[in-house]
Formats: sequence, structure tokens, C-alpha cells
Amino acid sequence: MKISPEEVAHVAQLARLRLNPDQTAKLTDELNAILTHMDQLNQLDTSGVPSTNHALDLSGPLREDRVRPSLDRDQALAGAPASDGQSFIVPRVL
Amino acid sequence: MELHYLTIAQARELLDRRELSAVELTQALLARIEASEPRLHAYLTVTADQALAQAAAADKLIAAGQAGPLTGIPAGIKDVICTQGVRTTCASRILENFVPPFDATLVARLKAAGMVMLGKHNMDEFAMGSSTENSAFGPTHNPWDLKAIPGGSSGGSAASVAAGSAFFAVGTDTGGSIRQPASHCGVVGMKPTYGRVSRLGLVAFASSLDQAGPFARSVADLAEVLQVIAGHDPADSTSSPTPVPDYRAALGRGVKGLRLGLPREFFAAGLDPEVETAVRSAIAALEGLGAELVEVSLPHSDYGLAVYYIIAPAECSSNLARFDGVKYGLSLRAERGSLMDMYLDTRSQGFGPEVIRRVMLGTYALSAGYYDAYYGKAGQVRTLIRRDFEQVFTQCDAIVSPVAPTPAFDLGQKVDDPVQMYLSDIFTLSCNLAGLPGMSLPCGFSQNGRPIGLQILGPHFAEETLLAIGHAYQGVSDHHTQRPAL
Repeated sequence: MKISPEEVAHVAQLARLRLNPDQTAKLTDELNAILTHMDQLNQLDTSGVPSTNHALDLSGPLREDRVRPSLDRDQALAGAPASDGQSFIVPRVL
Repeated sequence: MELHYLTIAQARELLDRRELSAVELTQALLARIEASEPRLHAYLTVTADQALAQAAAADKLIAAGQAGPLTGIPAGIKDVICTQGVRTTCASRILENFVPPFDATLVARLKAAGMVMLGKHNMDEFAMGSSTENSAFGPTHNPWDLKAIPGGSSGGSAASVAAGSAFFAVGTDTGGSIRQPASHCGVVGMKPTYGRVSRLGLVAFASSLDQAGPFARSVADLAEVLQVIAGHDPADSTSSPTPVPDYRAALGRGVKGLRLGLPREFFAAGLDPEVETAVRSAIAALEGLGAELVEVSLPHSDYGLAVYYIIAPAECSSNLARFDGVKYGLSLRAERGSLMDMYLDTRSQGFGPEVIRRVMLGTYALSAGYYDAYYGKAGQVRTLIRRDFEQVFTQCDAIVSPVAPTPAFDLGQKVDDPVQMYLSDIFTLSCNLAGLPGMSLPCGFSQNGRPIGLQILGPHFAEETLLAIGHAYQGVSDHHTQRPAL
């Protein structure tokens, strides 16, 4: 599969990245070089093979549902680029 | 003997006999850092004042007869692991001033065991890379040859332990990021079984592959660190409840009767002859100690790289979505800029080129229309790779192989060719895909004096077997006692 500069620009938008034309051109070449390598997977017949998403089979561990101490608000906001002491502040959305 | 090159056991004895204080030992290490850092750049942050305060507290515990195995032992932590009150940058501009409000579980365990933390080690940005050249704050140099890469992504940790600017270190390994730099710097490094060490407080790269583990100058030292950091964490749902054995007791087991598998695909064309000679001679030494050698096959090895470079970027693109300029870290807000402008500017200027490449690759692999062809297919082939290992471990107790196809290459040599760079992980990444434990230990040097490592892989939770094999080898070899002329 080949990826076009237009697709690279679209993927950048999905990934919330702003690329200049030089970066888009360079990434198109680099991603194509990498994707060529990936295409060898198509040589393998994997019909009926289940997917591995986790190497170890850990079934979802459960715990008692009770209130426990966690970060307090001041700590959670300590690294905020902008806050009013109660919430994170972001640029106007609407 | 220089204090900074003592073994942990030697330091422990001097500390416990009160012939050396933890403060004196920490001062010696801080002096070593000051002398070596201008050439190495293994640390991103040195926490000298805190280290001396922790050392003073350690001295009190020792005086009270309450010392644990690591009380007063100075160490460094990879800068992808959260440390309360100490900035944790992931070697990225986007987290340059991020100060975590909590300790990673493994850091809390080490602190409770009395570790003195010297600072935070340099790495490839967000642990993505094989040479530490992707650090936004400049590369680390290899202490054996300053022109050479230290390996990556935990290059600062490996270089620092080799240079004596830390007794041990904790790094992370997603596709070889502990084992490959350990090999290139001539130290011991272990990636434990997935789930053996808590991931809480590791800044996530690829959640199904990431695992933290120790670096040390000997297998015996490494066992001490593993003993402390291993174990179930109720706050990490992927951490394993399997009981932690006594790793020190495993050291003396020897290799008599153990079957060691040599995967023929790992000794194929492309392997540097000097690496092959050193690795085969280490394997012969193990045979001399009573191990039995068997040739085995991992038929899907050739597909590991492609599977890895779909799954790891896919998970990375999802994990790194959290860096958005809202909650912490870099936030670029143009006047009258929209929320979208903030996301775009912050991420584009905060991430370096390799991180952008992987986020792009992963986003593409997960995007509508391509998901089945890439991520779906990679997950299926991952199953085939896992089954290869299950099959092989019916024929042998552990696998022995090279760690990397060549000794450390020169800084700058591969920076412009991502695929060539990715190929340096070819022998290490399948271990992560299968969730296995793997260890790298020194087994020789190239003609130009660069270290070479032996890799030992085992079935899930076979850390004891790896330690036994490694310790037996270090009993009959001296590569791990060589020190760089730095």
C-alpha cells in the first residue's frame, strides 16, 4: 500500500499535528519506506488466527467499589498551563 | 578500589560495618557525576540535595540496624518514570517542565527500600529510539567510546551504570530499550515478564509491550534490584499477582542440565562476525558448565519487526493523545487562537521528529479503512510469534542469542534512516510481543573496544532461570568486571 501526501495531511489532522509542506513530503517518503516493510505481513495466511492484544491472559481483575484517597484538586491543577483554582482553562470553544 | 565501582554487596558490607557512610558514598557518586557528565550526558536532572538528604536518612536507618538491601545505595531513574516533586521530561520539549504529583510504584518501592536517588537518566524521547539520539536535550555518549551511541532508548541509564555514575538504574523496555543499551554499554539489563513490575507511573508508550526493569554491573546486583521492584500492584490492572520468588536464592542454581535453545533465525546472515564469535563463545562456556545446547526455530521471526512497528506506533498514537496542552506540560496558545490551534501548535512544536513519525504511523494504521490491514493483521501475526515461543519452550529452558546484530554504531550514523535504525531491535522486540522475560549481559568486545551482549530469553516468569544462567556465566568470565577508561 502507498500513502499519498494528501493522506499524510489527513492523518496529521486526525493526530492533531500541524505539518508544513516540507514535513509532509518527507513524512510521505518515510512512511512509504516503513509501510513497504509492513506489506510482507500479507505473505502470511492468518485466516482463523485469533489476535493477541495482550501477551499474558489476565482476566479483568475486580476490586471492591469504595471511596479511596486520590489526588486533591490543588495537586491535580498544580501543573496546569491555565487554571482558576477550580478548573483547567482552555481557549474558547463556542 | 574506587567507591563508584563497588558492587552493591561490597557497598552494603561497608555501610553496615559503618566503615563508610551513605552520605560519603553519595558524595563520591555525585563527584563521579560531575566528572563524567560533561562527556557522557547520561543525566537530564541531578538531584544532589535530595540525594544527600536521602543518604542522611539512610545513615540513620543503618545506625538503628534497620537497613534493607538497598539502603543508602545511589541510583538513577529513567526520565520516563514519574518521580514526585522531581521533573520528569521523557526527554521531550512537551514535558520539559512537568513535575509529577506522585511516584511511580517502582520508585515508591525503591524509596521504601532505602535507595538514594541521584537523578533522572537521559533517553530517546518518550522511549522511542535505539540510540538516545532522539532526546530533545541532546544525546548520551557511550562511555567505552564517546563517538559511539550508548544504545536506546534507556541509553542514559546504561551509560551511567557503566561509567560508575550510578550503582544501578531502572529503565523501560518496549522493544529492546533495556537490553540493547545494556549490550552496547557492557552492563547487565533485564526486561522482566510483562506484568512482573508495575507500570503505574511509567509514562506510557505502548501499553501492551512496556515493561520496567533494572540495569546493574553484575547479575547478582541486578537480582537485588529486581527483588525490590517486582510484585503485584493493585493499582495496575495488568500487573501480575504471581508470587515473587527469592531471586537471590536463584543465583546459585547453576546451569547443569538446563537446555539452552539457539534459534537458527537469530544466527542468520546479517549478524556481525565479531558479535557471533563473542556470543558463541559465551554459549560454549555455558555448555562447559553443564548446559545442553539444542538448535531451535522461531519461524515467524522475520515478521517481528513489521508487527512491532504497527502495534507499538498504534498504541503510542493513542497514548500520546493525552498531551494536548490542557492539563500539564507545554501549552502554546496564540492570541485569539482556537482550542484546535492550541492542540496543533502544542503537539507539533512539543514533539520531536521520531515521535511525530510514530504518531503518524500509528494513527494511519488505526484509521478507517486501514485498521484490519495493519493493526488487525499485526495482532494475528503476534499470535503466531507467541506460539513459536511456546513451541520452543517445550524443547528448551531458555533461549540464548545475540542482543543486537552489531556492536554500538557511531553517533549520527543512522539518524536519517528510520528503517535501518529500527533493524537494530530485530533480536529483542519479539520478546516484548510475547511478553517474555529477557536479559542482556556482557560477553565480549569488538576489536575497537565496544561491548557485545548475550541475550537470554525465558518463558513467562522464568526470571530465576535467567539469573541462574547469567550468574553462572559471570562466575567464569570477566567481561562484566572491565571498566571503560573514562
